[in-house]
Amino acid sequence: MRMRSLAIPAGISILVAGYFFSSDTFGSKLSQAVAHTFSAQAGEAQTQLTPIPGDTPEAQLTQVFARIEKNQLDLALEQAEALTDKYPTFRLGQLVKGDLLLARAQPISTFGNVNNAPQDKLADLRDEALARLRAYRSQPPANSIPEYLLQLQPEQKYAIVVDTQLSRLYLYQNDDGTPKLINNYYISQGKLGADKFREGDQKTPLGVYRIVGNLTRDKIGDFYGGGAWPLNYPNDWDRRNGRNGHGIWLHGVPSDTYSRPPKASNGCVVLANPDLDTVASHLQIGLTPVVIASSVDWLTPDEWKSERKDILGAIDSWRRDWESRDGQRYASHYSTTFNADGIDYTTWTAQKLAVNASKSWIRVDTDKLTLFRYPGKDDMVVATFMQDYKSNNLNNSMMKRQYWLKENGQWKIIYEGAA
Amino acid sequence: MTVRRALTALAPLGLIAGLNFSIFNFACADTLQDASRLLRQGQQAQALEQVDKYLADKPKDAQARFIKGTALTEMGRTNDAIAIFNKLIEDYPTLPEPYNNLAVIYAQQKQYDKARLALEAAIRTNPAYATAQENLGDIYARLASQAYGKALQLDSSNGSAQTKLALIRELTSTTSRTTPPSITPEHKPATPPAVPVVPPTTTPPVIAAAPTTKPAEAIPAPTKVEPSKTEPAKVEPPKTETKPEVKPEAKPDAEVARAIEAWAAAWSKKDVKAYLARYAKDFKVPGGGSRAAWETERAQRVGKPGKIAVSVDNIKVSADSADQVTVKFRQNYKSATLSSSATKTLVLVKRDGKWLILQERVGG
Repeated sequence: MRMRSLAIPAGISILVAGYFFSSDTFGSKLSQAVAHTFSAQAGEAQTQLTPIPGDTPEAQLTQVFARIEKNQLDLALEQAEALTDKYPTFRLGQLVKGDLLLARAQPISTFGNVNNAPQDKLADLRDEALARLRAYRSQPPANSIPEYLLQLQPEQKYAIVVDTQLSRLYLYQNDDGTPKLINNYYISQGKLGADKFREGDQKTPLGVYRIVGNLTRDKIGDFYGGGAWPLNYPNDWDRRNGRNGHGIWLHGVPSDTYSRPPKASNGCVVLANPDLDTVASHLQIGLTPVVIASSVDWLTPDEWKSERKDILGAIDSWRRDWESRDGQRYASHYSTTFNADGIDYTTWTAQKLAVNASKSWIRVDTDKLTLFRYPGKDDMVVATFMQDYKSNNLNNSMMKRQYWLKENGQWKIIYEGAA
Repeated sequence: MTVRRALTALAPLGLIAGLNFSIFNFACADTLQDASRLLRQGQQAQALEQVDKYLADKPKDAQARFIKGTALTEMGRTNDAIAIFNKLIEDYPTLPEPYNNLAVIYAQQKQYDKARLALEAAIRTNPAYATAQENLGDIYARLASQAYGKALQLDSSNGSAQTKLALIRELTSTTSRTTPPSITPEHKPATPPAVPVVPPTTTPPVIAAAPTTKPAEAIPAPTKVEPSKTEPAKVEPPKTETKPEVKPEAKPDAEVARAIEAWAAAWSKKDVKAYLARYAKDFKVPGGGSRAAWETERAQRVGKPGKIAVSVDNIKVSADSADQVTVKFRQNYKSATLSSSATKTLVLVKRDGKWLILQERVGG
């Protein structure tokens, strides 16, 4: 079974309730609220927050919340002050510090107990707190592998998975073929969320992309922080599905803030500048995959191996059946809904049948194979590889991309073309 | 703002800080008292002249040095004042007042972190020192406001930020507070309270404890069937609107509870005479000062302009003897700019059939 630790109901925003306490019960109310926020999922038992060790701003914030939860308010304030001294532009840290200070002077009734506060800004910080707290509670299980990263090719040293519901970016290292988590980071996405469809819809696309360039700060200005790394949105699958727009980047934040609200960009994926620096040091232009999904299933190593075996077997079978020159066996790997640039299943198979029959021998090799489960409700995998085709009268090498869809338990190709 | 209030409170310091009298030298009390009076009257230069005369004779006198420091503060000679207060702190590290005034200067200079440290030190020397408690509350609120400003990017061009800051300025200059924040570093309970947490009450804090007459309610609503509404308006006895969240078994002694509510009502109404009448002749003045000085200080605070409301709930009475009880309750204080809630303990004695306050302290 897959571990779906992240199934957060959409109605979670009602839980950004705040602290709800009066002065002499301040601590316990505050802790209750924090615990409540953490146990966001309906029916989930309240468990104590385990703070992230270390001195990153986010780790320190978890330490502040853990102390609030334990009713150690003086320690919480000390920690919040240490945090804001070091990162004065971490606005969420300032807000929590403000609450802890104000609680010493008067009863406070809500998270971000600011009179006459601009409500939109306050709501942004509450959303950020909730997003960060949810992510603390939803750390991937140890040694688990995100369902999307089925196979990296050896030159791809790193891979990125983004979970838009959790506002989280996971950075993986290619450890001899097995993805190993390096770290994960808070991100902001489009103002109107994910699943981009059109130019200007202020949404972040969901799909399998890769880093295709780098724009430095001196070219694009302070707003993007440490720089920008464009993605290849829209990819061939997006275009096939009529999706458009452009300029989806991974980038940083302006120098006057440590982070931005969870929904803030025009569709880009935004990281805090120190996090961007770390992530950027691992990016390979043209190679590093960036899978953006609305949620992530975490596979155990055994589950991951079994899923790989399944799809790798299907691809190898397709390759061998092509080599067999048996038109029926070859055609059996294609979905009847297959369509590539206007060529439908019937045309495609008839064409291939004719070509294959004319050959006396065919040899097909695949190299540099990458396999990514494609985000979305369909059980789909995108395979990209170097196809080395040799036959009695034609040799051809090309980068090929195939989209495999599981139909009635069988992997079938629904789209294929040059990559 | 903060400064003015703090100095007003500190001017009659000789009276307030009675506890510390033993270390002061009163040989030439007249000169010193003159200086103190001149200071209260706003004649700082003359006060300084008097106190300097006194100090020529007794350069080590703490009271005189303190008055000098305060005069210098009011005259804007802050560096000289800081030097005097720092030296006083060095010589008398257990006196809260020099810390407090130092904090006032730092607050003036917007060095709120330094002000906070000084006030926290003042409270460590004397946890019951009300002025430092109040000032510290202001500083915490100010620091909170700064943090909020950074959190929400409020700046001078932002109207709401200005409103917020103006609010605090007003709070520090016009309101009186006798309830220190319930949470201070030194007062934090070591263990979480064993009693279950009082559920959050949905009723807003009481606005006024005075009886309300609502003529509109006197007209019976013809269509309504609710029995309570069809009754003619009856005059409700003055009482606080917050319902005491008392468990049935912990029923407060009705007489004692009434006495405490009357005390809170007098306070709310700023009826100084009725308020002071609630205290026994032998009331143990906090800090051990004189009754007269305490009355002056209370009269000043309770009588300060500005609408306030004091209510009590969760009254728990335990009998010490037939005519003495110890009462713990939650005291809710609300003014235009501040609301606070803290546990308070009163010891009451029965004298001539009346329950009077013998002791008063913040905390359980």
